[in-house]
Amino acid sequence: MAALFRFKLATPRADKMDKEAKMNGYGGKILRVNLTTGQITKEPTPAHVAEKFLGGRGFGIYFLYTEVPKGANPLGPENKLIISSGPLSGTLTPGAGKMDFTTKSPLTGGYASASVGGHLTAELKYAGYDSIIVEGISPKPVYLYINDDEVELRDASDLWGKGAITVETELKKRLGEEFQIATIGPAGENLVKYACISHDFGRQAGRGGVGTVMGAKKLKAIAVHGTKDIPIADPQALLRLGTEAYKACKASGGFEAWVRYGTSGVTVWSNEVGAFPVRNFQAGALEDYSGLSGETMRQRIVITDKGCFGCPSPCGKYSFSKKYNIYVEGPEYETTALIGGDCVLTDIEDVAYANWLCDELGIDTISVGNVMAFAIECFEKGIITKEDTGGLELRWGEPKVVFTLIEKIARREGIGDLLAEGVKYASQKLGKGSEEFAIHVKGMEVSGYESHNAPAMLLSYMTCDVGAHHNRSWAITYDLQVGRDLVTLDKAERVIYLQHVRPLFDCLGACRLQWVELSIDLGLYPPILKAITGIDRSWEDLLKISERVWNLTRMYWVREVEGFGREWDYPPPRFYKEPVTYGPTKGKLMSWGDIQKLLDMYYEKRGWDKNGIPTPEKLAELGLADIVK
Amino acid sequence: MAVFLHADSTKCSGCKACLVACSLAKFGVNNPKKARLAIIPKFPAPGVFEVKTCTNCGTCAEVCPVGAVKVNEKGAYYIDPNECIACMACVKECPEQVIFTHPDYPVPFECDLCGACVEVCGPGVLWIE
Repeated sequence: MAALFRFKLATPRADKMDKEAKMNGYGGKILRVNLTTGQITKEPTPAHVAEKFLGGRGFGIYFLYTEVPKGANPLGPENKLIISSGPLSGTLTPGAGKMDFTTKSPLTGGYASASVGGHLTAELKYAGYDSIIVEGISPKPVYLYINDDEVELRDASDLWGKGAITVETELKKRLGEEFQIATIGPAGENLVKYACISHDFGRQAGRGGVGTVMGAKKLKAIAVHGTKDIPIADPQALLRLGTEAYKACKASGGFEAWVRYGTSGVTVWSNEVGAFPVRNFQAGALEDYSGLSGETMRQRIVITDKGCFGCPSPCGKYSFSKKYNIYVEGPEYETTALIGGDCVLTDIEDVAYANWLCDELGIDTISVGNVMAFAIECFEKGIITKEDTGGLELRWGEPKVVFTLIEKIARREGIGDLLAEGVKYASQKLGKGSEEFAIHVKGMEVSGYESHNAPAMLLSYMTCDVGAHHNRSWAITYDLQVGRDLVTLDKAERVIYLQHVRPLFDCLGACRLQWVELSIDLGLYPPILKAITGIDRSWEDLLKISERVWNLTRMYWVREVEGFGREWDYPPPRFYKEPVTYGPTKGKLMSWGDIQKLLDMYYEKRGWDKNGIPTPEKLAELGLADIVK
Repeated sequence: MAVFLHADSTKCSGCKACLVACSLAKFGVNNPKKARLAIIPKFPAPGVFEVKTCTNCGTCAEVCPVGAVKVNEKGAYYIDPNECIACMACVKECPEQVIFTHPDYPVPFECDLCGACVEVCGPGVLWIE
């Protein structure tokens, strides 16, 4: 009887069976949505692209490079927003919940790729899609409704102007809890250059203005629900290998502390080693950071651990602030660093409220924190005055100043209109020496690691493919391990290695933190990927794909930015002109010569020329010669 | 007291690994929409996950008009698809709402205590006793 039971249940209804050839590990289709015409088409996911670029941000740069015309206005109809899952997304793999948003960045004018966790990427694959390519500009606000094969654009006029948390709540009420929602807030609508895309009540594709592009396209939200299987080459092997990987995560020595604090556990360490950005990256630690520590946060505001899809070790800390009567996911370390440290808000509840404001308004907490610190310093130096701010005195450590600035920026009111453009543009406009303390690379604000005395971390920021972001290479631990003052070849090599491993996870559609924080063996992944896709690939094969992606993103900058090259990799002058004012690294700074040395070593190791451009030989070696003509 | 799948909802972080493991173990497919337990997120407020599992209460067997709900070697109730007439009485009457359906299958299904979900749960939400 038991055998019959399994037989009948395991045989799906014939009319529901998909007759099309399945592509193991993939949803199988690309959904193309033209907002100008309203046309929606479904195309088979190209197998040759999957082979060369895997998925996620690999798909993102492939479609961006090959489909968006050179010189496209990031906010114009010719720019596209490419939203992609990866072959691990939605499967029984630890952390298989990452989705990539790629576009031409309105913040930097170059390549943007931002990742979000939560449950969107898995849901998209259950609906049968690997990517959504959003094109054109809608004549009116709309949201994209995806319910398996049923796809349509729906009017969003009544949602326009509303906050991201409000809209997610409303759409779930209308459509059902099972729908996964990605949405922008007013900042995206108002084309704030670092607007984010929000999902799952507190997760964001934060950086580079991906939400700005959605706003320009008048696309308020995307709602996805899917019920299909992801085709798996060997389901039994996946169950076995996936279960082993989950057990390895749980057995990790770092598991308990990581789950207790998530990224907030970094705050104390960061202050202790002088990596915490304070007062616009002038100092590397706060005088008193106890009010921001992971333990303080856990005890005072955290109510629930909140994981992304498939995550055994949830870093998401869902919090409730009694002081402000708000629920918020976080604050994450980055938010605490840029709003808590850089703007000197030393009470976790003040940071939590600023975090909530940013989430509801749809604004990247990293860029906005950095921008606000820049503005406060400008005020301190008399470059911005009360006349510019509508009477508001911009001071360090004033919650009201931070809350007001966030609102003004999101709504582009008064001084907020200028600050909404990012520190690069704002400093160029304000002049008076403010360019010297505009803390960005390639127009993207530096994230949460003070790097006056961390050459590998600084090189990571200098060469990151979206501008100054830490997630491609988080090398500060390597600086600490081998010696902070050293400017040696191994540091360049380490940065390159990390720039291949970490973004590889973004191609696979999974989170890197089980490896980074729990130290699980990277060797666990290739067999899982093989069980899913049926294709045998070593970790080295996969790293080669990641290097291909890295070089194509570099070539995108070369193509889009007039005169792009070495100078674009230079760090903010503060890091080599002004020593650290406070903390364990007080008095330290990088030398100009060492910055040049770092770049020389890095370019040579990458097979790029002295100006930082990939050589034709390198492009040919990576199989990019046909794409980069 | 009957053996069943217990859940401490306060530990759940909503990741759904349990649901995927369930679908792989029981149907041989990767699809949490075919799982035999459920996670209900309650966000933005009060910010908790509610985990719903079969308590082996036997209501399904009581309400089944054709006697298609039987007991397996682990003491778990299960729906025999060869006898089930898909009247959905058990789905409607289940006090925990943990008898599931999916458009791919003609009859409903419920937890049979295989334990695949327990093995992958990071925070230790689930256990069988």
